[in-house]
Amino acid sequence: MRNWQFFLAALAVSGLAYLGTRLIGNDYVYFAGYVVLQFVVLATAWNILGGYCGYVNFGSAAFFAIGAYSTVALHKFPQLSARYLPETLNSVVEFIFPLSIPVMIVIGGAIAGLVGLGTGYLTLRLRGVFFAIATLALAVVLQTLIVNWDYVGGSRGAYIIRPNTTPYFDINYIEYLFIIMLLLAVIAITVARSIERSQLGYGFATIRDDELAAEATGVPTLRLKLIATTLSGAFMGMAGAPFPFYIGYLEPSSAFGLAYAVNAIAMPMIGGTTSWVGPLLGAILLGTLQQVASVTISSAVSLLIVGLLLVFFVIIAPNGIIGLWQDYFPRKEAPARENSKAEAT
Amino acid sequence: MTDPLLQVENLGKRFGGFVALDGINLDVANGERLGLIGPNGSGKSTLVNCLCGTLHNETGAVRFNGTPVNGLLAHQRTHLGMARSFQLPRPFHTLTVAENLRVPLLYTVNARPDTSLSESEIEDRCHEFLRLVSLEHKARKMPRDLTQVEMRKLELARAMAADPKLLIADESMAGLSQSEVKDIVALLIRLNERGITIILIEHIMSAVMSFSQRLVVLVSGKKIADGNPDDVIRDPEVERAYLG
Repeated sequence: MRNWQFFLAALAVSGLAYLGTRLIGNDYVYFAGYVVLQFVVLATAWNILGGYCGYVNFGSAAFFAIGAYSTVALHKFPQLSARYLPETLNSVVEFIFPLSIPVMIVIGGAIAGLVGLGTGYLTLRLRGVFFAIATLALAVVLQTLIVNWDYVGGSRGAYIIRPNTTPYFDINYIEYLFIIMLLLAVIAITVARSIERSQLGYGFATIRDDELAAEATGVPTLRLKLIATTLSGAFMGMAGAPFPFYIGYLEPSSAFGLAYAVNAIAMPMIGGTTSWVGPLLGAILLGTLQQVASVTISSAVSLLIVGLLLVFFVIIAPNGIIGLWQDYFPRKEAPARENSKAEAT
Repeated sequence: MTDPLLQVENLGKRFGGFVALDGINLDVANGERLGLIGPNGSGKSTLVNCLCGTLHNETGAVRFNGTPVNGLLAHQRTHLGMARSFQLPRPFHTLTVAENLRVPLLYTVNARPDTSLSESEIEDRCHEFLRLVSLEHKARKMPRDLTQVEMRKLELARAMAADPKLLIADESMAGLSQSEVKDIVALLIRLNERGITIILIEHIMSAVMSFSQRLVVLVSGKKIADGNPDDVIRDPEVERAYLG
């Protein structure tokens, strides 16, 4: 299936899913669905670097928080402009702001992508556990910066009042956020799938398998790693950009929460890291389980579930659900080329 | 007289206080079959790594096809036409045998300004190289399903797929049986007949002697002999280096 066909098919499936939520007619579905979809984007983004290239990123929460805090900064910008900018410039700002959520997603994604590029550049020579530690350090450094940045609320956090409805459609704002996250998930999955089936995907796979051999076969590994860190960071930032509107009150400990870093790794690992299907399956499975556990037992149990499932899969199915599937239903070998040619003639 | 394909001048490499390569000078002509031998630790693999850009030499210069390659990254040297196989096969283990060959075609051959292979041409070339090394029936297998000799053949085929002018085969026959060694030597000679210059680094002397048109000997990072294989192995200094 071509990428545009896949995109249209994914849009159709997501449209059906949205219609299903409307039939339920309960806003909680949008609250819960938003979180699951946010994890679909986050897990897919993590998998571009961690799954395709084999570079484990422990700093997913940092990129997510960059997206979230860029929204806070943009949301508060008109106040800053009214106070410090001259009248003419302020009128321009008032004309442009407030920005719509899709625009803030693009800006948040661009900033997180740039930070991803910078991180990639600074960690070009690091591999394995050293790269993972560097990404963890990035999260700590960024959290410290945010805690000390008064403009975005510092350690006390920032309030963002979520409007009741959206000016574009006559729907509840949380439903609007759900639709946006649904579209973002479709875009992230389509991009991940198209990477997988492209020259870039082959390049990423060679980096994961053997970087030295990849260079020897002509793969510009450093350049590809920069592309992967940028893309992965950008999608994580995009996942985080609408978050302040969802949660209403953003503080560093929630934006840089352990749950994002753990889930971003656990979901692709449980689903399977070599294909776009893995993070999608993992995010839907774990995300839904966590939502159910949060409502029926407690929110603290939800992270325990992630831990237990991760331990289970690492022992029983290290290649995730996709790996299990491939073990039980191995792909049939295509007939030899000569035979197929002969059949054609 | 035409310029040599590979020119190595006064190449030096140290690892801390250990001198791995000490002022190596070497010219390799276009289309030549060069054997490179030496005892363990003599600097053969370090020389290969310096030529291919995996390691960077501290002194001296390397010119390939008239172009200085000092400072170029490994993949840039591959793009210029230098390819190598590894001492221990390093296949891309999550890609099939045919996909392993797609990588150099996509990233090296298609990266050249004068080449743009279509999808079907890439597939054709993959199968051509697999046929050349008698692995066509394993095209859709994973590298873990290959035998040791097949793995070595895959390594050579992948290097060949980059359409190189120079192929450096680093101990391609280690651990193989006598008949498998003959198989690989015949393959290397076939590749050379296609116009590819080959440097063979090897410990198996029967293979080196049957393959090489010229033999170079390294000992303790220094070149001690260079010339006709029959003359070189009778060189007293070479005998001393090998037999003590």
